[in-house]
Amino acid sequence: MPGKSPWKMVAITAVIALLAAGCSGSSSDDTEVLPNSISIGIGEPPSLIPSNAVQVNASQVLASLFYPLVRFDPTNKPYMVAAQSITHDKSNKVWTVRLKPGFTFSNGEPVTADNYIDAWNYGAYGPNGQAASYFYSRIDGFAELQSEDPDGDGPEKAPQPQADKLRGLKKVNNLTFTVTLSEPFAGWMAVMGYDAFYPLPKAAFSSDGVLNKDFGEAPIGNGPFKMKGTWQHDDKIVVEKVADFKGTIPKVNGITWKIYQELGAQYADLIAGNLDIQTTIPIENLASASGDLGDRLGRSDSSSFSFVGFPMYLDKYKNVNVRRAISMAINREEMTDQIFLGSEKPATSFVSPAVEGARSNSCGQWCEYNPTRAKQLYTAANGPRDIKITYNVDGGHKAWIDAMCNQIKASLAINCTGSGLPKLRDVIAKASAGEDIGLIRLGWSMDYPLMENYLGPLYTSDGSSNYYGYKNSTFDSLVRQGSVANNTKQAEQLWNEAENQLVRDMPVLPLRFGQNVFGWSERVTDVTMDLYSKVDIYSVDIAS
Amino acid sequence: MFRYIVRRLLQMVITFFGATFVVYALLFAYVDDPYQVLVGDRPISDIQRATLEARFHLGDGFFTQYWHYLKGLLTGDLGESMTGRPIGDMLAQAWPVTIKLALLSIVIAAVIAVGAGVLSGIRRGGAFDTVTLVLTLVVLALPIVVLAPMAQLVLGIQLGWFPVTSGRDAGLYELLLPALVLGSLVVATELRVTRSSVAENLRADYVRTARAKGLAPKRVIGVHVLRNSMIPVITLIGVDIGVLMSGAIVTEGVFNIPGVGFNLFRAIRSEDGPLVIGFVSVLVIVFLVINLIVDLLYAALDPRIRYE
Repeated sequence: MPGKSPWKMVAITAVIALLAAGCSGSSSDDTEVLPNSISIGIGEPPSLIPSNAVQVNASQVLASLFYPLVRFDPTNKPYMVAAQSITHDKSNKVWTVRLKPGFTFSNGEPVTADNYIDAWNYGAYGPNGQAASYFYSRIDGFAELQSEDPDGDGPEKAPQPQADKLRGLKKVNNLTFTVTLSEPFAGWMAVMGYDAFYPLPKAAFSSDGVLNKDFGEAPIGNGPFKMKGTWQHDDKIVVEKVADFKGTIPKVNGITWKIYQELGAQYADLIAGNLDIQTTIPIENLASASGDLGDRLGRSDSSSFSFVGFPMYLDKYKNVNVRRAISMAINREEMTDQIFLGSEKPATSFVSPAVEGARSNSCGQWCEYNPTRAKQLYTAANGPRDIKITYNVDGGHKAWIDAMCNQIKASLAINCTGSGLPKLRDVIAKASAGEDIGLIRLGWSMDYPLMENYLGPLYTSDGSSNYYGYKNSTFDSLVRQGSVANNTKQAEQLWNEAENQLVRDMPVLPLRFGQNVFGWSERVTDVTMDLYSKVDIYSVDIAS
Repeated sequence: MFRYIVRRLLQMVITFFGATFVVYALLFAYVDDPYQVLVGDRPISDIQRATLEARFHLGDGFFTQYWHYLKGLLTGDLGESMTGRPIGDMLAQAWPVTIKLALLSIVIAAVIAVGAGVLSGIRRGGAFDTVTLVLTLVVLALPIVVLAPMAQLVLGIQLGWFPVTSGRDAGLYELLLPALVLGSLVVATELRVTRSSVAENLRADYVRTARAKGLAPKRVIGVHVLRNSMIPVITLIGVDIGVLMSGAIVTEGVFNIPGVGFNLFRAIRSEDGPLVIGFVSVLVIVFLVINLIVDLLYAALDPRIRYE
């Protein structure tokens, strides 16, 4: 070791360090940005394969790359997009999809019925482990594509499923195919508007039923935009307009989906003018957002629904008046204004009113703040003196749970405590085991805009997210009748009747409906968002 | 010297396996249900669970899992993250920007700390000394979770002196603000250590001797005092590189730099065991190598230290 010149060494180290830091010194806002293109902030999507995308960031990007069979108008009625027509037989069981001719994928391949059938078969095949596979579960033959692990977590492997193709999908000709459902369902057309029902080109598959390993890095879609390069993980996804696109043509020439880990950083970029659209203004910035953004701050309904379930399996909550009293003891407005700063709306129904057919105040007096009446009811019903609300601590629910408890305490003069468990899974496990965990905090976002998507999973006896043990056969049969009804009008009527049953039984306490609170830069205009918290990429435009 | 390095390298191998084993064990205890995180609030189907379990060996016992990890590591395969991205690629994408950031902030911090520290050490009790004392106290008192967004708001958005966020291909200018914020984590302690070390050495016998011999004050301080005062500072800087890597978790989030801290934070939040292990393994190696370099630097600074 040369002991003589430590300073030289330090200087050299410093120089090397600075050179290393500066060597790729060119600016990151490089020349790749297309003229008339915009940037929208997202989080890193977990996957860009349509049947594996159950998350809003992925869904948002896919909406630019793919063209769905149907989209939804402002009243959430489905209308034809890539489909020419979608018809069904009398029983709502066999659905015929005709595609519009002339469409191609961005690699030039024509879009045919096979592309849909291949994609859906891939998504539904159990061993592929696709996150959105449950969307195909209504299609005939879905069960044969699944298999169950015979010993749970044990060493035995699950057997190969009986089939690898859905029996319910049949090609009629190049542009027509039929979908047979395992049982009639009037709302099937709306379901097919979801991401899982996009087609995949032949180029996506390396062999029959096997997806190319790198397909998700640069998906080839039938949409108005195509990938420019590949997915730059944690950095950005750039899409550009497809030349001669046959469908609705977006007004911007390209979109850079800028990937952020934190909403705070995204917001900083938005107000500094480095980002054009932020879809979620973080709650800690809401107070200053109207000052920062002025009229460039937008709000619209989203489909999310927050509620608290009553443990119907416990005797102390068996009396419906106890449940009604607790619901009336709560001031929903105060909660949404003070804690959520208006980013959520008070809920007074069991189904989001944004969905077609749903009413905004089905709950009526039972969801109105009325502490005097609540106390009378509660005392008469001899409700428990001590109630608990259980929630998962990783979701940031503590503040409002505590506020809700304080309201209950003040209105009913009983004791109320919030009890946090680490994960939602812990909450669900305890509820499913029938433990006394008190009231249960839960939330829901819809998959397709039908009342059934709230009523079915949340409240039917075998509903996938009915963790609070609500069982009512009248309700179940009304929901079922609605699903198999001949037309949507009749279905909605039956579903509304079902909701009335919920009002009588009050198995949960509706609290809040979500809102999209979004902001945009001076560069863009006509920014709107849908119920799924996605920006409408067709209407957004560059400000003149 | 050569034998010393070899001995240290062998020790590093043992430390590496020890450290990764501990991290693996901790993670095994922590990770509860990573699949559920993947699909959100909806219950995951049996077949999906089975598919993922087979892919990540998560149904197996602890030692089998650790064995799979070691086997992969030795063959250069770090596996896949829970979202299916190869961890090797993720590391290759994340490290460059973090290294740039860490080096830049260490240089900034060291230059400020040594410069100001020497000055205030020489003029102990003077105005400069008092001012730096107050300033370092302020910086020490501000946690990085406050400092980083504040610097971003004031220097980035309001004054517009710096870019608000960086990206993966950030250049020197884009990284300057995050590097300053990150450097402030360590600059205060480095400065205080330099100051007290210089102050102490100024009173040492050899300094008096040097002065008595009639050496120029510049040479006395520049060579005799500084060189001896740097030994504790260099140690500290070495340790600080580790602090910077962990401090990067906050800074990289605030300034949207997709580096190591960014990935590590995400991995922990989403219970992505393979990803945590992948990044921690490399972090352990970085720590070990830096420590070795620091130890070797001692010899350069103090001729009395010899490695045999």
